[in-house]
Amino acid sequence: MTLLTIEHLDVDIDGRPILDNIQLTIERGEIVTIVGPNGSGKTTLLRAIIGSLTPSRGRIARSSELVLGYVPQRLHLDPTLPMTVSRFMGLPRRQHAERIDQALERAGAAGLSQQQMNSLSGGQFQRILLARALLESPDLLILDEATQGLDQRGVADFYRQLESVRRELGCGVLMVSHELHVVMRASDRVVCLNGAICCEGTPERVASSPAYRAMFGHDTQDAFALYRHDHSHQQAPAELAS
Amino acid sequence: MILDDFLVRAALAGIGVALAAAPLGCFVVWRRMAYFGDATAHAAVLGVALSLVLSTSILAGVLVTSLVMATIVSSLSGRGYAMDTLLGVMAHSALAFGLVAVSFVSGVRIDLMAYLFGDILAVGKPDLAIIWAGAALVLGLMGWRWSNLLTATLNTDLAYASGIDPKREQLILTLSLAVVVAVALKVVGVLLIAALLIIPAATARPFSRTPETMTLLAAAFGASATTGGLQAAFWLDTPTGPTIVSLAAILFALSSLAGRVKARAMKAPGQ
Repeated sequence: MTLLTIEHLDVDIDGRPILDNIQLTIERGEIVTIVGPNGSGKTTLLRAIIGSLTPSRGRIARSSELVLGYVPQRLHLDPTLPMTVSRFMGLPRRQHAERIDQALERAGAAGLSQQQMNSLSGGQFQRILLARALLESPDLLILDEATQGLDQRGVADFYRQLESVRRELGCGVLMVSHELHVVMRASDRVVCLNGAICCEGTPERVASSPAYRAMFGHDTQDAFALYRHDHSHQQAPAELAS
Repeated sequence: MILDDFLVRAALAGIGVALAAAPLGCFVVWRRMAYFGDATAHAAVLGVALSLVLSTSILAGVLVTSLVMATIVSSLSGRGYAMDTLLGVMAHSALAFGLVAVSFVSGVRIDLMAYLFGDILAVGKPDLAIIWAGAALVLGLMGWRWSNLLTATLNTDLAYASGIDPKREQLILTLSLAVVVAVALKVVGVLLIAALLIIPAATARPFSRTPETMTLLAAAFGASATTGGLQAAFWLDTPTGPTIVSLAAILFALSSLAGRVKARAMKAPGQ
């Protein structure tokens, strides 16, 4: 069953074209990952799908009564707003305390329900966001770099949970991620975005496509150069000392 | 009848305004709209002047100008100027234009003080009815939209994903703000309305773990400040509106002190 169909989508922000002629469908039960460099429009695409940005052309058709679960890239909580974890989980619709506790336990955040949101660590915060998004049994789960701030074990747990959620709820998952190696294992389909969709398909197919290589081949080299640069800086004081 | 006593009427007026101001004041604090409240309140002077010129009801004039002001400010935000600059310009120019406009209307110079600082002791039965009707309207709106308003305040994208339109929620807050300004005019006057919104909410913050407790505490602090201030003004023979706000400020100072002591006490066992 098709959850979402995007046809000829253009999005401009302040007159600047960000997304160009995006075509995308998402089926129930599949995990689709969007990859692309910074500024390639990944977050913009997700925001257009949840309805917070208006397309300048094209349309986004959701299946009727589609329930969205959304995990934003960052969530800033004003310190003047008191908010316990359990109250946050019940927004906008109140939930039973039992369900909240279950969801927290499943997200690896058991026992946090009475904590203030602002006292949580980055990793705990991220787990709470995911737990909240799952509470209403979404048909489509949208994650914007949801593993930010998680340590390696946290990331592994996260993807394991995602897999079990997909199995239990049968929901579709659309996510943006920078962790290419994990993405390639965890996704059914990868969409490579750079303003427009430059390639799309199974992880194997995308990984071997020239467009993907051109994009991330460069990145890898840059990262290597950066490492060497740092390395020489760290060496310098040692040389001075000796 | 008990309402024949002017002090009873004044106290009831103060409590009504404090109750309506509590949830709204919390949103003003959470959304960092303190100046927005100021701008809306200051526009009320212009409303008073216009209704005197056009000889319409003051309540209607204030409601309309406050609404117009709030709408202009919301639609201008994010267009080149920082929000606080924009609001600083709008709040004070509305006040200045209002004062100039009032001076054109002959014979109201004496009344001006009543609009700037309120005249709670002169609250009549019709005023009381308007205040409580306005308060009921605002409390009804807040109760009806509460979860949506909170979600939209937390994060607009989270709101959109849950099918809530943050712009509509903003409009409801703007509307409620105009109503509170209109009904609070008689109680504290335009210069001090924003204080009645913000100070009780800020006073409630250190003792609150959820948005709901903060709102209830803000209502309690607001009501104590208005009734206590009324009593104090009566004893000390001071102007009522400023006395109410002074008492609210004293409560705020005590609360921040208590909050700091509490925070230190909670830290101590761990160290």
